[in-house]
Amino acid sequence: MTFHSILFEKTEDSVKKETPEAPVFFVDLNLDQVIEAITARKEEYNLKPFFYTSLKDIDTIKYRQEVMRDLENETLLEKIESFAQKMRVMRRCLALADKLYYKYHKEGWFLEAVEIYCDAVNCLVHDLSLADLKSFGLLAFREYVMNYAKSDRFTLLQAETKKLKADLSTVKYCLLIKGNSVKVRKYESEMDYSAEVEKTFEKFKQGAVKDYQVKLPMGSGMNHVEAQILDLVARLYPDIFLNLDDFCTKNSHFVDETIAVFDREIQFYIAYLEYVETFKRAGLKFCYPQVSNTCKEVYSYEGFDLALAYKLINENSSVVCNDFYLKDKERILVVTGPNQGGKTTFARTFGQLHYLASLGCPVPGREAQLFLFDSLFTHFEKEENIQNLRGKLEDDLIRIYHILDQATSNSILIMNEIFTSTTLRDGVFLSKKIMEKIIQLDLLCVWVTFLDELASFSEKTVSMASTVVPENPALRTYKIVRGPADGLAYAIAIAEKYRLTYNRLKERLKL
Amino acid sequence: MKAFLMYRDQDFDLQQKLPWNEQALIQDLELNVLFDAMALGDKFLFEVAKKAVLCGLSNDLDTIFYRQHILKDCLKNPSIIRDIYHIAVEAIENKKKHYYGIFSSYPSSILSSSIEMLQMFMGLLKKLKSIADEQADKFESEGFTAFFAMLKRELHDEYFASVQDHLRELKFRHGVLISAELGKGNEGTHYILRKPHNKKQSWMQRIFAQKSPVYTFYIADRDESGFRALSELKDRGINLVANALAQSADHILSFFTMLRTELAFYVGCLNLHGQLARMGEPISFPLPVAPDERKHSFKGLYDVCLALSMKQKIVGNDLDADHKDLVIITGANRGGKSTFLRSLGLSQLMMQCGMFVPAEFFCANICKGLFTHYKRKEDVTMKSGKLDEELGRMSEIIDHITSNSMVLLNESFAATNEREGSEIARQIICALLEKQIKVFFVTHLYELAHGFYTQKLENAIFLRAERQTDGRRTFKITQGEPLQTSYGEDLYNKIFGTDC
Repeated sequence: MTFHSILFEKTEDSVKKETPEAPVFFVDLNLDQVIEAITARKEEYNLKPFFYTSLKDIDTIKYRQEVMRDLENETLLEKIESFAQKMRVMRRCLALADKLYYKYHKEGWFLEAVEIYCDAVNCLVHDLSLADLKSFGLLAFREYVMNYAKSDRFTLLQAETKKLKADLSTVKYCLLIKGNSVKVRKYESEMDYSAEVEKTFEKFKQGAVKDYQVKLPMGSGMNHVEAQILDLVARLYPDIFLNLDDFCTKNSHFVDETIAVFDREIQFYIAYLEYVETFKRAGLKFCYPQVSNTCKEVYSYEGFDLALAYKLINENSSVVCNDFYLKDKERILVVTGPNQGGKTTFARTFGQLHYLASLGCPVPGREAQLFLFDSLFTHFEKEENIQNLRGKLEDDLIRIYHILDQATSNSILIMNEIFTSTTLRDGVFLSKKIMEKIIQLDLLCVWVTFLDELASFSEKTVSMASTVVPENPALRTYKIVRGPADGLAYAIAIAEKYRLTYNRLKERLKL
Repeated sequence: MKAFLMYRDQDFDLQQKLPWNEQALIQDLELNVLFDAMALGDKFLFEVAKKAVLCGLSNDLDTIFYRQHILKDCLKNPSIIRDIYHIAVEAIENKKKHYYGIFSSYPSSILSSSIEMLQMFMGLLKKLKSIADEQADKFESEGFTAFFAMLKRELHDEYFASVQDHLRELKFRHGVLISAELGKGNEGTHYILRKPHNKKQSWMQRIFAQKSPVYTFYIADRDESGFRALSELKDRGINLVANALAQSADHILSFFTMLRTELAFYVGCLNLHGQLARMGEPISFPLPVAPDERKHSFKGLYDVCLALSMKQKIVGNDLDADHKDLVIITGANRGGKSTFLRSLGLSQLMMQCGMFVPAEFFCANICKGLFTHYKRKEDVTMKSGKLDEELGRMSEIIDHITSNSMVLLNESFAATNEREGSEIARQIICALLEKQIKVFFVTHLYELAHGFYTQKLENAIFLRAERQTDGRRTFKITQGEPLQTSYGEDLYNKIFGTDC
């Protein structure tokens, strides 16, 4: 078992490991907000490029899902976090040592960094040895790091570090400050004067009093006087400081490359799991989806839009989950119904689920089977611009043309209210044309529209509609359910509320 | 060092919480008149009087006797007490006026300021010590005997001398010796001020006598940042000792503060005593008994607040209510019922905080809590609202009350008609009595009073505001059956004239 990376099983693949820019559909699907929230407290790991890279092979997705499942063990996650915390401190010490000016000061912080690194590795080895691991990725890493900890390179580093730290802790010196002179010599067991003074006045102690200790700024580095003192202290203890010099020169690159890479990559999982925790606490479910690159019978139960749910949880509002499924020849979900009813959210959910599944992550919902796409396309209408009607329509069509040009039968397309700025007749006409293309390509598609005509276009289309509370049509349920598109349903509900439906009017008018 | 003049073994806590119903107690018993008489315009005396009197309800019998003995000593030696009090005040005032340096953010100025302040305190402690040496034999109480013995024990001459030594040393004429170790990043840490080995040799001499190497460097004259760094380093060394010294100064200050606080109570008692003596009003030391006993007997008990505000001697009352849980007081309007009820509350508080009481003789069980429920004047127009308000207050009392407490009710539940008011009151009183709570009830609710009277309860006693046959009030409260009217007619006649 050889270990390369906790994110990628095989390095020999020509897979692109990191993508610097967010995919174009990120904004439409609000995935930019999602990834922003996931990576917000992990800036230093630069995790976004991982989240910008969707996987193309099922094996790697399974590899990651396994690692993620292992890490759902809270104890293990805590241990890895504590390793990461140590590595962060180690890097801060190194950065500090790099910035500093005085030699022994630099070396002191370098030694500090090495000590923390050794501790981090030892703890990690210990913690992993106790962990019940199932994933191929973590098992391979455990083997790697255990071998590393036993290697001469590491054991020697650790022994020397311990020796140096022990020696330095024996250094104890005295300063006599008088006027402009400073004398430095070894400490000779002189009495603690503060303690003696305290004892003299002890009889007056009356319970708690103000603390007059001045919080003198600490760790703000070293000034030239302190540096001079340190130089003299080094002369008092020449052997120890000579050893320190040697140690620093010899070990300038002490961090193991594979461990350093692991430290960064594992944060991909930790960041995602921490994010998921917010939702789980609010009672929402996550699941590991079955992912296939052949079967287009997708489904999801109790899924939700992560970006919206995140906001709602922060506002203490409840989150509405929705289901969808496609069976047999069904490929296209046509979503209609009243505005503000959750249609766009539904479309985004569909896109987010598929994208996150392609990263190897668990997805919102109780259960899901999803399709591994080669490309994901979105077409969302931003806002209407009446002054530029023709330009906009033209622009829309050009974009759709390009999408359909690039799309293969393994692509996913999500469209939200296109052709709203043209005439109904044009809209219907163009939509039908596009629909034919989509059907022809056998694309998986969600299409949010106000055009009822599209809902029953063919055996490949499925009609879904947003719903309202029957007694009060002003209240949305945010539920999107399978059902015929009926643009009148909403109007009838409102009429009912004001007792203006035909039946009501008959009663009221005593007809 | 502790003064221990309020408790045998604990400090008097000026920050302690007042009983939750302090507002009601102060208002209903007119306690501010009492506090003013004790304070004579001094805010601090007022505050201590208020705390001591209101918090006295939690004292045990032992504490009450402990304070009574001290107070007797004070009454014998008022001028010595005031002298000691003024030494404490001087210490506190001096500290307030000078020595701001102690609040500096530089250990060196905290240190020098603390040294000066300690010099000043030592002077006052010496004064205190000489009073102890000269006057101690005039005091008999356990509290003062222990106090003077403590001063003699702790503040002997050698002690003052060793303090002076330290205060001189801490000016560091020979330089500051600091030990240090290497912390993270080889930065110096754990700076500790050290005392050199041999006092006879100067530190410089000693260092030159060392065999192990000593390295020296100098800060150049114009190296301002170097000097700043050096004094920072020195500050690290003396930070702890400056803190220790400043805290010691604080401790001595708090000794003086505690002394002042505890004496303030007795000074307040002296002040009150003086005023009552001038009016010729009697005082006596009460005899408190355990809370589960039922004693309440006195002779010549007067309302000390009424006397103080009228500045004249007033009528006192006698009572023998031993073994009684319920005292119902009825009778003439303006016949002294409220004054009588107030004198009961005041004497109870005064006794429980260790003071003398305004009576020739007084013996009562101490109570765990004192509660007043007086008719309030607001909301005259809204009858139902007023009853709500009254019941609300009663319910609050019920939330806080425990057995062996004492409740003073004054015209409670008169906000509704007599039958309803009586029934409400009856149910409440019965419950209180079952809970072993002493109830004093001034009331016009005849049905209520009469109802209890006919039950012939062994633990109830009925009192009446006395009226002469000619209708004049004597302001005397005597035992008697509740009467149907409250002589409102009298009052009417007095105001409107009898002739019409």
